[in-house]
Amino acid sequence: MRQGTSRLVATATTGKGAVEHPAAPFRPNRNSLARRRGRAGLWFVMPWIIGFFLWYAIPMLASLWFSFTDFNLVSNEPTEFVGLDNWRKLVTDPDVREAVVVTFRYGIIALPVAILFPMGIAYLLVKRNLRARETFRALFFMPSIIPFVAAVLIFGGVMNSQIGWVNKILDLVGIEGPRWFLDKTFVYPALVFISLWGVGNAMIIFIASMNSVPATLYDAARIDGASEWQSFRHVTLPLISPIIFYNLVIALIGLFNYFVVPFVLYNGSGEPGGATNFYALHFFRVGFQFFDMGYAATLAWGLFVAAIAITGLLFWSAKYWVHYEFARS
Amino acid sequence: MAVTVSRPDQRLRRAPVPGPDGAAPGKRRRFDGWMITGFTILVLVVFLMPMGYMAVTSLKSEQQLANLTGPILPMSPATFEYEGQQLDIMTVPLPDGSEMDLAMVQPGRQVSQFIDPANPEAGPIEWEGNWRVLEPAYELDPQWQNFPRAWENMKFPLLLRNTMIIAGLGTLGAVASSILVGYGLARFKVPFARSIMVVLIATIILPGFATLVPKYALFFRIGWVGTFLPLIVPHFFANAFNVFLFRQYFLTIPRELDEAATIDGAGPLRTLWSVILPQMKAAIVAVSLFHFYFAWNDFFEPMIYLASRADLQPISVGLRTFNTLYDSQPNLIQSGALLALIIPVLVFLFAQRVFLQGIDLSGVQK
Repeated sequence: MRQGTSRLVATATTGKGAVEHPAAPFRPNRNSLARRRGRAGLWFVMPWIIGFFLWYAIPMLASLWFSFTDFNLVSNEPTEFVGLDNWRKLVTDPDVREAVVVTFRYGIIALPVAILFPMGIAYLLVKRNLRARETFRALFFMPSIIPFVAAVLIFGGVMNSQIGWVNKILDLVGIEGPRWFLDKTFVYPALVFISLWGVGNAMIIFIASMNSVPATLYDAARIDGASEWQSFRHVTLPLISPIIFYNLVIALIGLFNYFVVPFVLYNGSGEPGGATNFYALHFFRVGFQFFDMGYAATLAWGLFVAAIAITGLLFWSAKYWVHYEFARS
Repeated sequence: MAVTVSRPDQRLRRAPVPGPDGAAPGKRRRFDGWMITGFTILVLVVFLMPMGYMAVTSLKSEQQLANLTGPILPMSPATFEYEGQQLDIMTVPLPDGSEMDLAMVQPGRQVSQFIDPANPEAGPIEWEGNWRVLEPAYELDPQWQNFPRAWENMKFPLLLRNTMIIAGLGTLGAVASSILVGYGLARFKVPFARSIMVVLIATIILPGFATLVPKYALFFRIGWVGTFLPLIVPHFFANAFNVFLFRQYFLTIPRELDEAATIDGAGPLRTLWSVILPQMKAAIVAVSLFHFYFAWNDFFEPMIYLASRADLQPISVGLRTFNTLYDSQPNLIQSGALLALIIPVLVFLFAQRVFLQGIDLSGVQK
């Protein structure tokens, strides 16, 4: 519609020009105007195009090249080409294997929680009978505004096995709380608890998508005798599946970059017993503590390839469970 | 169209429907409302409980913390000054079964002497029993000085200054560049526009670590490691989130306005500056706030680029250093965490609306 009007205006102005200069050829003039506008637009987009090459494309290629060298910033010896050495090391490195296992162990709990928790809260907050809806929404969002480092320190305290409140409360109901951050198994749920304080944005867009489900569909479901669960399962869930997909992609990216929490909790030592040796932590140690940049670049590229593969798989799976036909309405 | 259809339906849905148990519908609805609200409050209290821990712990002294069986709140054993002496106040069970907080003058195994702090003139009261079985009485004793201590030890003003410089200049770059790019994509038939959009989305998915090594090497070679520049300059090249946000916003501003300006002889830049920008205040505020929040939160890059310059580090990095130094003093750590989060939380409470719109790029492509 907007497109149509603008073309109409363009024709009208060039049309006037054609009246003044009847001899001037009409079409090329109009084409060059369109092309000029396109080119002007290109100038506006230029900062991003330059930035893309400067901060994404060239670094990616340079990183790939580094992965075939012993490049580092500390030694004075010239950088040498080492062929596939770094890549061979990547597939045999026991630290990489540990990092993948650790990241997987955390992810298998963290990813479902990253969807279910904000979805559950959103479900509560769109309930028709809920009072003070806006206040609740703001308060549930608030922890997401807290800087990660501060959140990590707070959870480090509240889940401390001696002075923390969590174990004190568990004590009251007669459960002996685990030593969360010092236990090789319980450290994962503990890390997931910290991640709950970052679900604000996911919750907000779940709320928006649940609110946009047409009320008529719920009425139809109720007339058909659907229970609360059935109408959630067969009406809400398919309609919000694009948002589930989107949040899953965002959570997955977060998982690949998972660094701050284990780093701040244990100063990057990977405690307890290597249970927090996440991939990003291993990368940081290799690249920025040992300054073995060639191998760090290989680790980064390895992560990039894995990320592409897993996100690609997710995008492929989308056609089986994400219902885009409703997303526009 | 859809709106006109769904409105009457919604009204229908709101109409009172008698409950299956025959109860008055209004009453039942109100009961459901209280149930749901009560349950939500419960979830919220559990969810925010760590903040309570932080607030309480930040006000405790080392002794209060060391007393593991002591009260939850920052309380100390109460004392009473009597004839120049500090007397401990104990909770004393009286023969009639009640309890009374009395100051202990003379502890004893069989008989102890107390006086009533509320009425010291009445003279000593004798109590039979071993004073060691008595519980000390506690009174609120918050340690407000923890905050100035944390403030000084973490060099909070310096961290604040550094964060503000990084966030301020970065915001300038992010807003200016993203407006230009968003404007270009929303208003011009840019060649390869579709490919540009796809690549923009791809840059969001790309893990940040993938490009870090060459970027670090570059900044190292040109002498930018140990300065603010690596944390500011890249933001002058637009970022996908902000571009999408601005682009969506541009699309809501009627095109006729730019066209009128064009007919009046304004160039594209002039049109952007005098016609469109004045209508974009909300979007600019949003992007600025997001960038402010990002810079306040950013940890990894400031840490590696400013590792050797403690005097230039922003708040997140400084707070983490503070944590490693004062590891054994949870009260100071929690005071520090509170200092670090209070500004973003206050900004959030004043500008809730901006944050609660949420960023959803899931519909951008379609």
